Amino acid sequence: MKEIEITLKVNGEDFRVEVDPRTSLLRLLRERLGLTGTRQGCGRGDCGSCTVLVDDRPVLSCIMFAFQADGKSVTTIEGVAKGDRLSRLQELFVERGAIQCGYCTPAMILVGESLLRRNPSPTREEIRRAISGVLCRCTGYEKIVDAIEEASTEEGRR
Amino acid sequence: MKHEGVTVMAGADFRVVSKRLPKVDGRSIVLGEARYTKDFAGEDALFAKIVRSPHAHARLKKIDRTEALAVPGVELVLTHEDVPRIPFTTAGQNYPEPSPYDTFMLDSKVRFVGDRVAVVVARDRLTAERAARLVRVEYEILPAVYDPEAAMREGAPVIHDEPDATGIHEASRNIAASIYAEVGDVDAELGKADFVFEHTYFSQYEQQVPMEPHVTYAYLDESGRLVIITATQVPFHVRRIVARVNDVPISRVRVIKPRIGGAFGVKQEVILEDLCGHIALRTGKPVLMELSREEEFYGTRPRHPMKLTCRTGVMKDGTITANEMRVIANTGSYGSHGLTVPSNTGSKSLPLYRARAMRYVAEAVYTNLPVAGAFRGYGAPQGYFAMECHMDEVAREMGMDPLEFKRRNLVRAGDVDPIAVKLGEGKEGFEREIRTCGIEECIRLAGGAVGGKEPPGAGSGAGPFTRTRRGVGFALCMHGTGIPGDDMAGATVKVNEDGSFNLLIGATDLGTGSDTILGQMAAEVLGVSLDDVVVYSSDTDFTPFDVGAYASSTTYVSGTAVVRAAEKVREKLRLVAADLAGVAAESLVFEGGKFRTPDGRSLDIRDVALKSFYGESKQQISETASFLNLDCPPPFGACFAEVEVDLDTGMVRVTDIASAVDVGRAINPDLVEGQIVGSVAMGIGYALTEEMLFSAEGRMLNASLLDYKIASSLDLPDIKAFIVETVEPSGPFGVKSVGEVGMDPIAPAIANAVFNATGVRLRELPMTPERVLAALREAGL
Repeated sequence: MKEIEITLKVNGEDFRVEVDPRTSLLRLLRERLGLTGTRQGCGRGDCGSCTVLVDDRPVLSCIMFAFQADGKSVTTIEGVAKGDRLSRLQELFVERGAIQCGYCTPAMILVGESLLRRNPSPTREEIRRAISGVLCRCTGYEKIVDAIEEASTEEGRR
Repeated sequence: MKHEGVTVMAGADFRVVSKRLPKVDGRSIVLGEARYTKDFAGEDALFAKIVRSPHAHARLKKIDRTEALAVPGVELVLTHEDVPRIPFTTAGQNYPEPSPYDTFMLDSKVRFVGDRVAVVVARDRLTAERAARLVRVEYEILPAVYDPEAAMREGAPVIHDEPDATGIHEASRNIAASIYAEVGDVDAELGKADFVFEHTYFSQYEQQVPMEPHVTYAYLDESGRLVIITATQVPFHVRRIVARVNDVPISRVRVIKPRIGGAFGVKQEVILEDLCGHIALRTGKPVLMELSREEEFYGTRPRHPMKLTCRTGVMKDGTITANEMRVIANTGSYGSHGLTVPSNTGSKSLPLYRARAMRYVAEAVYTNLPVAGAFRGYGAPQGYFAMECHMDEVAREMGMDPLEFKRRNLVRAGDVDPIAVKLGEGKEGFEREIRTCGIEECIRLAGGAVGGKEPPGAGSGAGPFTRTRRGVGFALCMHGTGIPGDDMAGATVKVNEDGSFNLLIGATDLGTGSDTILGQMAAEVLGVSLDDVVVYSSDTDFTPFDVGAYASSTTYVSGTAVVRAAEKVREKLRLVAADLAGVAAESLVFEGGKFRTPDGRSLDIRDVALKSFYGESKQQISETASFLNLDCPPPFGACFAEVEVDLDTGMVRVTDIASAVDVGRAINPDLVEGQIVGSVAMGIGYALTEEMLFSAEGRMLNASLLDYKIASSLDLPDIKAFIVETVEPSGPFGVKSVGEVGMDPIAPAIANAVFNATGVRLRELPMTPERVLAALREAGL
């Protein structure tokens, strides 16, 4: 199929790429841009492991066509830290035991960052609602909710 | 999570263990830099796609691959005619495996919808998938059987009629494995009892659902050796099995487990490695195999569905005299873990209550449904669903309080497990003394955290349009720690010049954090910080043997090997230090990473390490130790759950739940809590929503994460986890285990809560709204 040229920003960097219109955003990120931190868990939008932020909103990159990101700004897990410096939420995921296998972690962190940007002091219920599109089989979500809540409390104090 | 709930009974002065330290792989995971199997496959990797059977039971009469091969980019199509025919089991167990050798890389017969028919290898996934649809297969359709009891009857279709399978108990009756164990005289004790109670329970096919589906990447290295990077719990078993079925020496195979995205037992299986390795050997090219989520459901190894009947003799005062469990387990179309899972159902659940006589009878039966296998708890969650509901029923039928009745009969420290010797894994077991038991503390903590606010059966105070009832239930359990006589782990500790250490372990971190806690143990022994221990695991070329991560064994078994290796290194360093200080080695006191001389001088282990390389007697200090486990100390647990049952819809909601586990010592409390809470979440799914459903022709109907419901963050209440520490004398730093035990009591606690709320007993899992509503209607509610 004829390729389409698109331009997009990924983690602050501008890209101009030609993509097959059938290519998902996930494949563009993983296979063309080498950003393998985004994971595929089901390939049909059910599990949320592939979540990235498009214009700061969580989207399922496995069921979004790459060309639909034309002109948009994409944030993946590789774009969350500032160089070597982890974001506070990344730190808290590490320090509070919010990670087990880590497969859903990039998606959870991106959803958490996006939530905190829109709502700096969410309730636990709001946090649960925000991450409900990302399935985790290891943690039972408790420590993930804890980490996001702790980051928000600090945010609120600032 | 409310950490104030965590109770540590036994304290000790440790520097690194018993600490909430971050996981050693945490930083790479949050940065997105951690590499999982698929991330290793380059653009040049071929993709291999399995052609799967649309029929539950059929012979392959003719396979025409012409059309598939004509698709541009297709490299080859393999069928049973092309690959070695060597019977094996996909179960990743010690050699020789106790599971029947009833599986072939590819066979001329298919035994369930989704069974392997052929494999298409192409330049990329899309091409392989397209070509897979063009493999034309002519089937001779055979009668199929889906019910284990029907499968054992005369005249039922024989699923394993191949002459070269071995280890099947009775192929002509579809019985993969059969178990009988008795201590004391059950019939006589039942005869003497004042009352005999019997109840039957049913459990379902449940899928593990690791977020990362099975994935394997294989290639040949520069010297032509086969390298397999794979999402596995058992790299060493994978190496052995792949070598055997491909008829190559073990020395020509290297297996590496990188980060993996969850396992829960389903990766204790050779699901892809046999074939993926074969294709790499055959083509000389790198090959990627990855299951789709749909294939992950029916093409892997879910939990055995069981029919369980408990029969118990009780005296008027509530003393149990005899306890019997009879099980029919559906092992699906192959017998992977078919003997050992049902054997564990009895050996884990029967010893919880004292009885003069015990009997366990089980049959694992073939059907034309997906293959069952290892799943967190390994048969015990089924056993405990039956046992803990049954005991609740017995108590209520006798007019006793269930907790009082159970306490009267509970196993205690100092007891010897009566059935352990009789019920080993397919052979005689090992004697098992219960040295530590924190179950009373578990009951106190979990019981005190849940419910008690309203009387059972009360409504939730909802509006006029909803009728709900609230209730509290509980269940108790004990599990095991490793497989005695089988589990062996090795560890190597190597000194570096700066006083850091390489810890090389065959142990397999599934996301559980074993790399971290084993590193903590080494650091504690060597008196350094966790940062000074570089952990490298699960690479058959570079790490010593370990059976792998299963049977809740790693902390205890691999941990002992790590402690032994670290101690040997410390003693070698002591000799160097003694040399440097000019004193006798025995006179040195090692404390806080320093060797102290009797005259008050102190030598830092870092300086001693440096001198070991560049002092007068130069040497590489590196020690390997291994540990053979002969014991199986039980962790104990209690779960209390509060539910709300909607009388109009049959919907059960868990409104409050607490789980307490006696784990021995918690090496890293954050990770232990993670295991306990994760088990609760998985257990709630097992209790209420998770079930693989099949059509009348054996096709799975709900093979997606929309249709097969695991808990999301909105389906769970805040889960309360309590760690109870006892100090197990046989375990390193006093550990027992935590990986599986937490799964055991969840479903029965919820079922007992539903009864407490409504007076209606659910004896079949999962307790879906349909089943609950039907039971409520039958009871006239």
